[in-house]
Amino acid sequence: MSAVLPAEFADLERFADWSLRTEAERYAKRLASSMDELQEFYDAAFPRLEAAMEHCDQYPLDALPDDAKRLLWLCYSLVNASFPVEVWRQARVPDSGAASMDAVIEPAI
Amino acid sequence: MAHFPKPAEGSWTEHFPQLGTAPVSYSDSNSADHYELERDAIFRRTWLNVGRVEQLPRTGSYFTRELDAARTSVVVVRTADGGVKAFHNICRHRGNKLVWNDFPREETAGTCRQFTCKYHGWRYGLEGDLNFVQQESEFFNFDRADYGLAEVQCEVWEGFVFVNLDPDNTESASDYLGDLGAGIVGYPFERMTQVHKFRAEVGSNWKLFIDAFAEFYHAPVLHAKQAVAEESRKLSGYGFEGLSYDVSGDHGMVSSWGGMSPPKDLNMVKPIERILRSGLFGPWDRPDIGLDELPPGLNPARSPSWGIDTFVFFPNFMLLVWAPNWYITYHYWPTSYRSHIFEGTLYFVPPTTARERLAQELAAVTFKEYALQDGNTLEATQSMLETGAVTEFPLCDQEILLRHLHQTARGRVSAHQERLGATPVRISAAS
Repeated sequence: MSAVLPAEFADLERFADWSLRTEAERYAKRLASSMDELQEFYDAAFPRLEAAMEHCDQYPLDALPDDAKRLLWLCYSLVNASFPVEVWRQARVPDSGAASMDAVIEPAI
Repeated sequence: MAHFPKPAEGSWTEHFPQLGTAPVSYSDSNSADHYELERDAIFRRTWLNVGRVEQLPRTGSYFTRELDAARTSVVVVRTADGGVKAFHNICRHRGNKLVWNDFPREETAGTCRQFTCKYHGWRYGLEGDLNFVQQESEFFNFDRADYGLAEVQCEVWEGFVFVNLDPDNTESASDYLGDLGAGIVGYPFERMTQVHKFRAEVGSNWKLFIDAFAEFYHAPVLHAKQAVAEESRKLSGYGFEGLSYDVSGDHGMVSSWGGMSPPKDLNMVKPIERILRSGLFGPWDRPDIGLDELPPGLNPARSPSWGIDTFVFFPNFMLLVWAPNWYITYHYWPTSYRSHIFEGTLYFVPPTTARERLAQELAAVTFKEYALQDGNTLEATQSMLETGAVTEFPLCDQEILLRHLHQTARGRVSAHQERLGATPVRISAAS
C-alpha cells in the first residue's frame, strides 16, 4: 500500500486515518475515539507539528502536493483532538449535552 | 474593583436613561403569540442582513435565503450592471417556489443566466423581467411586462447585503444602521474572504442567543473549563468589564479588552495555542489590512487593551471585529418562538502558508467549542422561562445590551400593534 503522508512523516503513517478533509469528519472521529486513542494520536503528532508546518510551507498553500495536503489535514485533526487531550479529558466540550454545530462552509484546503 | 472607567452617571445603563434599571420581563421570549407579533412587527419591517457580496462574485451569481420569521424566501442575485437585487422567491404564474434544488425548504446558491421555474418553464431575467412563457398565446389579455418577479428592497452596505420586506419602507439601510454603522465604514471587510461558517439548530428563542453573545459577564464562568486551570481561576477573579458600551437607535455595541492575542504570559495558554500562535481571539500574528488607523467606531475608547468590538444590529445580525484583523458575523433566524437557526461565520485574510492556515483553523474550532457550550445553555434557559415560575430578571450593567435589545423588540411590537389599532401588549416598567 502506498504511503498517505510524505516519506519524512512515515512515523505518523499509523495515524493516517486522521488525515480527513472536512471538519465534520475530524470532529466525528474525535467523538468516536477513546481518551487513550486521542492521547496516543496527540503524543505522536504534536511533537511533529512544527516539522509538518515547515514541510508544507516549502510549497505555496494553493499548490501543495497531495501528500503534503494529507499531512496538513492530519494537522487539522491534531488541532481538533488537542482540546480533549490538553484540557477537558473527555471527547466533548463540557456542558454541551447534545448540542451540535455543523461546519457548512470551510476552506477547500 | 472597577478596572475600566464608567460614565459620570456611575454606570453605562444610567448613561442611557431611557433604558431604566429595573428587572426585565422575559415574557417576550416564551410565547408563541408574542412571536407571531414579532414576525410582522420586526422581521417584515427591518433591514435584514442576508449575506455578503463575495457570495455574488459575477453576473448571474445568486443565493436564496429562507426567511421563515418573515414568512418568505428570497433570491438575491448579481445583475448585469454589477448591482444586487432581491426578489420574493415565487413564480408569478401559479406560486411555485422559483429557485430551489432537490428540497424546496433548503437554501441554494449558484450562477445562472436566467431563472427558470421547474413547474411550467417560465423564465425570468436577472433583473426580474418575465422573458419567456410556455404557450404564451394560451393566456388571456396577457402582457409579460405585468408579471415580473416581485422585487424586495435590497441594499449593499460595506459589502453586506441587506433586504427589507416592508414595501412602504423609506429608510436606507445605512440610515437604519445609524451612528454605529457609520462609525465602522471603511473597515476592510472585503480583504477578509477566507470563510469558515458554522450552523446550528438551537432550541431557544432567538433573542436568548443574542443575549448570550451580547454580554461577556458569563464568559469566565460558563467557559471556565476551556482554559488552563490557573488562567481560568484568574479570569473568574477578574470577572468581566467592558471597555465601553454604546446604544444608538435600535442597535448597540460593546468594546472589550483582549489580552490573549498574543498573551502576556505564554504559560497561561494551551500548548496547541503556543505552537500555532492562535486561539479564541484569533491568530496572534496580524495580517496587513492596509489600515493606518481604525475607523472611529472601532475601539472607540482607543484603549491599548482593546481586543474586540461586538455590534448588535437589530434585529438579528451581530458583527464582531477583532483586534488581530479578522471578523465574525452571527445571525439568528427564528423558526418558532422556541427555536432558531444560528449561523456563526468567521472571516480571515486568506492565508498564504500552511502555518497561517493552521492558526486560523485553531481559531475556528475554538469558536465552535465555545459556541457549543453557549447553545446548550440556551435550551436550559428556554425550558425554565417557559415554566413562568419567575417572570422578571435583574440585568446588571454589563448586560446593558440585553436590556436594550428586549426593549427595542418590545417597542417594535407595540408600535406595530398601534398601527393595527389593537391594544398594545403590556410592557413592564423595566422594558
